[in-house]
Amino acid sequence: MTETSTKKLQINHLLGMENVSEEDITLMLDTGMSFREVLERPIKKVPTLNGKTIVNLFFETSTRTRIAFELAERRLSADVVNFAASGSSVSKGETFKDTVQNIEAMKIDMIVVRHSSSGVPKFLTEISNATIINAGDGAHEHPTQALLDMMTLREKFGTLKNLRVCIIGDISHSRVALSNIYGLKTMGAIVSICGPKTMIPKHIEKLGVKVFHHIEDVIPNVDALNVLRIQRERLSANLFPSNEEYNKYFGITKKRLEKSTKPITILHPGPINRDVEISSDVADSEHSLILHQVLNGVAVRMGILFLLGTKTKTN
Amino acid sequence: MSKNYLFQNAHIIDPITNKDEITSLLVENGAIKKIAKKISFDKNTVVINCDGIILTSGFCDMHVHLREPGFEHKETILTGLTSAANGGFTAVCCMPNTNPPIDSATVVEYVKSQAKKFPAVDLFVIATASKERKGNELSPIAELCESEVVGLSDDGNPVENADLVRRILEYASMYDLTFIQHCEDKSLSKNGVINEGFVSTTLGTYGIPEIAETTMLQRDLQILEYVGGKYHAAHLSTKKSVEIMRIAKKKKLNATCEVTPHHFTLTDEAVRSFNTNTKMNPPLRTKEDINAILKGLQDETIDVIASDHAPHSFDEKEVEFSYSPFGIVGLETTIGICVTYLIEKKILSWNELVKKLSVNPRKILSLPEIKIEVGENANFTLIDTNKNWTVDKTQFKSKSNNTPFHNLKLKGKPFGIFNNGIFIENK
Repeated sequence: MTETSTKKLQINHLLGMENVSEEDITLMLDTGMSFREVLERPIKKVPTLNGKTIVNLFFETSTRTRIAFELAERRLSADVVNFAASGSSVSKGETFKDTVQNIEAMKIDMIVVRHSSSGVPKFLTEISNATIINAGDGAHEHPTQALLDMMTLREKFGTLKNLRVCIIGDISHSRVALSNIYGLKTMGAIVSICGPKTMIPKHIEKLGVKVFHHIEDVIPNVDALNVLRIQRERLSANLFPSNEEYNKYFGITKKRLEKSTKPITILHPGPINRDVEISSDVADSEHSLILHQVLNGVAVRMGILFLLGTKTKTN
Repeated sequence: MSKNYLFQNAHIIDPITNKDEITSLLVENGAIKKIAKKISFDKNTVVINCDGIILTSGFCDMHVHLREPGFEHKETILTGLTSAANGGFTAVCCMPNTNPPIDSATVVEYVKSQAKKFPAVDLFVIATASKERKGNELSPIAELCESEVVGLSDDGNPVENADLVRRILEYASMYDLTFIQHCEDKSLSKNGVINEGFVSTTLGTYGIPEIAETTMLQRDLQILEYVGGKYHAAHLSTKKSVEIMRIAKKKKLNATCEVTPHHFTLTDEAVRSFNTNTKMNPPLRTKEDINAILKGLQDETIDVIASDHAPHSFDEKEVEFSYSPFGIVGLETTIGICVTYLIEKKILSWNELVKKLSVNPRKILSLPEIKIEVGENANFTLIDTNKNWTVDKTQFKSKSNNTPFHNLKLKGKPFGIFNNGIFIENK
């Protein structure tokens, strides 16, 4: 803690991984690692953010991200308020801006926001003075997920440089994919994506990722797979014919992984659909870091909250 | 009203009578009395010094949303026409997506009665093509024609049903009415909010692919070729659409089209700010599309520039991007943008620009022709060609100020309009 705590982040808010520097990412990961040690203690609480008030503003349902944030906030001794609303607050007759300004009038320091509309965290920085952390906006970004994924991979491999990572699944509707691509690329990893053509957004290759449509082409050449959740509602949009077909051609199974000469590390942002995008023999295998990701999710969020919460505002 | 006006040393441009000269022009009782280098005047004459001013046939914006009846918090006919005058337009054609929609003689009469509050700008009414603008049945086209509507459109929505497009074209052709289509296949645009491309990918927003526009345009032109009639494609936005229209014109189909100023100045890169004033339908496209549109303007594939003036109140726009309504105001920025981006950049000559903003829209909708000639009614737009100015949305006469052009530096500003005996100076 002592060494990293003197360094400052360049960013004032965590809106996404796009344009976040390598130094900032390294600092967030290092700080996350020091908080991991706190989580191993019998008393898992530090007074770092004592007196700070954080609002978890969730306009979209979330279980693990919200719990991970709340645990991280409480373990840093912050005062925590949870605000949950489904869909647009406009439907209740109050605009998003009014909602935010009402909450802000109660003197809060930070807002952790999740919203189904891309761009909401940025919009928040324009209408609020609080420090903003994006907990997922539309299919745009989910930076804390990318940071916990990177923390997990770095811990396993020692470095992200030249690490070969493939993100598999519905890339077009995934904020996890975009944030991971930005973050991993900045850290020097070699990133590819794989999925049915219907789930690959236009011109994604311009981000410097290789695009694959056949899992067999990917497996021999990667160190880690980040397997995305397949959402049932995409079926009605004709993005794929059935869960069975998806599993048969894109599902990560033990048999498929055996095509690789060395073990491949498996990540999944959760919640997993067993035997759709991932089979149980992979999800529960020794090479799966899925539960370790969850632990790192709390640690890295403590690190981010600490770094942003203790930063004196420059603007 | 009975005052005389002398426009001294104006640069008169009139594509119809082929005028392009600096001279003076005297208006008496709303009609052009004399055009000459030197005109004597009496003390009852208002003399307007027009050094550096272009005086040309009154501009007509054939695609505006005035929101009345039903959405008076966004705009009223009075504020809309005031905005048009300030933007340099002597005529506008209002779209029928009001509440109730303009789909009967009664609503047409109501709209026209409101327009009497602001006689300097002529209001021409476009009625719905389908009953209640629902896209299922024909609107009462003959009755609407009798109420002197100038076109038919469900704008805001496409007429999706191909058979209905056919019947509208057939039926409207008996009354020489143009069908104006908002080309958008909704099964392709779905819940898209911006152009589908690299920007939508990196912003994680649903995209509206260009094929949503082009497939309907192509289909409609096939129907037009089969049944005849008059077809006008509103606010085209893609390179492919321009190519499709170019072929249609080669075939001599009775098809025309328009583009908006924002579609030839801004790209989807502007959406990276998540500014809801960059959200419109069709969406901002790419540099390649802009270049194709500029080319289409030059080779007359594109007939008209129209603003698609779509006012929304600030609180409707100051929301999450995906919940914001589509559309921006445009009446008060069109001229400045056209001069800066088309004249200054030598894309169009003044004569060509006047055609796109005055002559062609009037021709397409069979409105009276405007001539700058002795004996004709005086109907002018005046433009200060060298004026450098900065768009300030707080100065708009429109009730709404949802523009992506706030603080944009422009060259060329409306100087005023003269129509129906009234001179209104730009503020």
